[in-house]
Amino acid sequence: MPELIDNLYALGDQIEDTKAPKVPVAEMWTKAKFENKLVNPTNRRKLSIIIVGTGLAGGAAAATLGEAGYHVKSFCYQDSPRRAHSVAAQGGINAAKNYNDDGDSIYRLFYDTVKGGDYRSRESNSYRLAEVSANIIDQCVAQGVPFARDYGGLLDNRSFGGVQVARTFYARGQTGQQLLIGAYQAMERQVAAGTVEQFTRHEMLEVIIVDGKARGIIARDMVTGEIETHLADVVVLASGGYGNVFFLSTNAMGCNVTATWRAHRKGAYFANPCYTQIHPTCIPVAGDYQSKLTLMSESLRNDGRIWVPKRREDCEKDPRNIPEEDRDYYLERKYPSFGNLVPRDIGSRQAKVVCDEGRGVGPLVGDFRRGVYLDFADAIKRMGRDAVKTKYGNLFDMYQRITGENPYEVPMRIYPAVHYTMGGLWVDYGLETTIPGLFAAGEANFSDHGANRLGASSLMQCLSDGYFVLPNTIRDYLAQGPFEPVAEDAPEVLEARKSVEDRIDKLLSINGDRTVDSFHKELGHIVWEYCGMERNDAGLRKGIDLVRSLRQEFWRNVKVPGSADTLNQSLEKAGRVADFFELAELMFIDALHRSESCGCHFRSESQTEDGEALRDDEKFAYVAAWEFAGGSEGSYEPPVLHKEDLIFNFIQLKQRSYK
Amino acid sequence: MNLTLKIWRQAGPDAQGELATYPVTDITEDMSFLEMLDVLNEELIGKGEEPVAFDSDCREGICGMCSLMINGQAHGPEVTTTCQLHMRSFSDGDTITIEPWRAEAFPLVRDLIVDRSAFDRIIQAGGYISVNTGAAPEANNLQVQKHKADRAFDVATCIGCGACVAACPNASGMLFLGAKISHLGELPQGQAERDSRVVKMLNQHDAEDFGGCQNLGECSAACPKEIPLDVINQLNHDFLRAKR
Repeated sequence: MPELIDNLYALGDQIEDTKAPKVPVAEMWTKAKFENKLVNPTNRRKLSIIIVGTGLAGGAAAATLGEAGYHVKSFCYQDSPRRAHSVAAQGGINAAKNYNDDGDSIYRLFYDTVKGGDYRSRESNSYRLAEVSANIIDQCVAQGVPFARDYGGLLDNRSFGGVQVARTFYARGQTGQQLLIGAYQAMERQVAAGTVEQFTRHEMLEVIIVDGKARGIIARDMVTGEIETHLADVVVLASGGYGNVFFLSTNAMGCNVTATWRAHRKGAYFANPCYTQIHPTCIPVAGDYQSKLTLMSESLRNDGRIWVPKRREDCEKDPRNIPEEDRDYYLERKYPSFGNLVPRDIGSRQAKVVCDEGRGVGPLVGDFRRGVYLDFADAIKRMGRDAVKTKYGNLFDMYQRITGENPYEVPMRIYPAVHYTMGGLWVDYGLETTIPGLFAAGEANFSDHGANRLGASSLMQCLSDGYFVLPNTIRDYLAQGPFEPVAEDAPEVLEARKSVEDRIDKLLSINGDRTVDSFHKELGHIVWEYCGMERNDAGLRKGIDLVRSLRQEFWRNVKVPGSADTLNQSLEKAGRVADFFELAELMFIDALHRSESCGCHFRSESQTEDGEALRDDEKFAYVAAWEFAGGSEGSYEPPVLHKEDLIFNFIQLKQRSYK
Repeated sequence: MNLTLKIWRQAGPDAQGELATYPVTDITEDMSFLEMLDVLNEELIGKGEEPVAFDSDCREGICGMCSLMINGQAHGPEVTTTCQLHMRSFSDGDTITIEPWRAEAFPLVRDLIVDRSAFDRIIQAGGYISVNTGAAPEANNLQVQKHKADRAFDVATCIGCGACVAACPNASGMLFLGAKISHLGELPQGQAERDSRVVKMLNQHDAEDFGGCQNLGECSAACPKEIPLDVINQLNHDFLRAKR
């Protein structure tokens, strides 16, 4: 065991090669596509692929690899692939089409992505994302995705945070749903064709590794409780992000870290776990019983103006009675060129700053009012109520349903909430993890967004990975086949099965007196408090202690009713929360070791005089890829840090400014 | 608020089911209906009983996973999903009856959970446009009139929750089917398969034991996404067109 640093982690070898072709960034993907080996169409049907998750990345990959002729097994925990959480994305999807001739280009989307991510993403992957983006729109339109059109019948665009061009394609406030239905339908077409086998209400609980390669998964049929072995030549994890570690987030209730965490425990490095995007425009928390937070699309910031009262004593007043001169449009004031469309990390932090100053609005939560106004009064005056309704009507209805307030009459109240996780499994340029034959796509991997994701880029990355990248990189791996068949009773398979069964037995046998949800809420509170929008050294150290002791209590005192051989939602949650405990510790360690601020990772010790995030490129221009070093229930051994240096050949590192 | 809940409990598809009565207290009107059930479940687990199994996921009204017949109405008294139904729609002292979706084609799994995979199989039968990845033409080569794009979007908002089926006395799936037929049939991209699509999807609908449509309109009235009833006219129109 190498020497421990800070008693928390050890330093391992540098990651030397991401396997991106050694050519200028604009030529990399073309070269990779050509150099990746081919699999002859008649050989494809002999090769099998497991895909976990059916969101935009997993659904698109299943559809495309099925079309190519491979045998695909697709898994999701919901009752239908169409329900994956990609469905909830509201605002839009970016693409460098330059339909508006406003100066957009592949290079500009690449530049905005790297800058937006505060220079903590890879040039190679970010460029490819921008390059592939235009094809995604073509593909989705051909599938019948009903994007917004102008009166000439052509595609319409709008603008999103952090950019000065209109490159976002949208389907009212339901872009995610429409894109997901496109991918889902394409996948169901392959189910009918027999190339894709669909396993719904199944949860992956372990990866099977034979001879160092991923060769299958252990899954639980969530209806019958049966533990199943599924073998294949390649495994893809497209299982989404881990924002639910915070308990309250904009993620669906079932979103969890188990698939990626189980892979991490088997040897896949976990990269940048501390990069959590806090979305600036969510409906504020209303009470203790609350189960989740609802996002209001960032697109609202195109016409809504964000403000708080200048004076604390005005905070309880009816906002309509606060005159213009007593309002602080703080984003327009501090960031005149981007105004309300600053990137998400900046919008979120500034909301926190004004609320911490005591100028927040809405009900008191603890000692503070946690809310700022998102005001459409000017937009209604300028465009008319009907035009506002056409553009944002469904979002306004949703807000009214949840809060009971009418946003056409009273300004909306919003506050930041946990939304997206930029960290995830470390992957190389081909999206392969450190376990050969195990790939990770979409939010489950780490590679494209750096320390902060631009709005409307998550849908783009997921579909890029699923439709275009994986099908081209997986074939290179599969071309090494045919692979030696794995027996159902091979020792590696039996060992994986047994570990799943033992864990379930253990969870059911503790029979303590606290519910899973009560642990999850307390864990979430710790992570939000000490590893949320702003972190510092002392808080992070305290957080680690709190997580550890709560985890020990969990394994001693959790109560999971029911049995293993039936549908048991408490058991499902217990397994997920157990994994969140270990992940939380790694998030804290990662956040503590990165003593710079970058993007969404804001360390209060590292800021400029104006309170902006202060990066330290000398020390931290690297990806932190963590290797699991052992540990059983209730303990997580100090992990090993492997650094991948970020090398910027095409974009010059600069202090990020949106003023 | 204090409420009395009568909830359908059934351990599995072959088990005997019954309505069980549970009192809940201190419910606030800001809670969503599902958060109210969360509160009940926490209490039940605390007492060593098994919680009520129900489906939910996104809890923001878009994934279509939540269901529940509430006082005999699909998703309850408001036109929305159960996750977006708030307790302000109820009053102190109310008795609320909560049952699973009722339809031959949606067999019961446990308690309030049913199996809606019949909808997936209807989509598999032809609810798509056949285009392989990489084969798509430049998007703006295809113009779509704005009113057609808007109409396609309006009917594409179906979330596949199954409220239409649960609300229909015949448990017909025609609104779900009509929404998909209208979405794809409205667009130029959808024309090539328009005739075969409607025939294949309708055959699958019938094979799944969904009932026939009598134009009662309960489906559209219960639809949380307000899919208009005229998608069923479109469905019938397209079916006749295909048969000509």
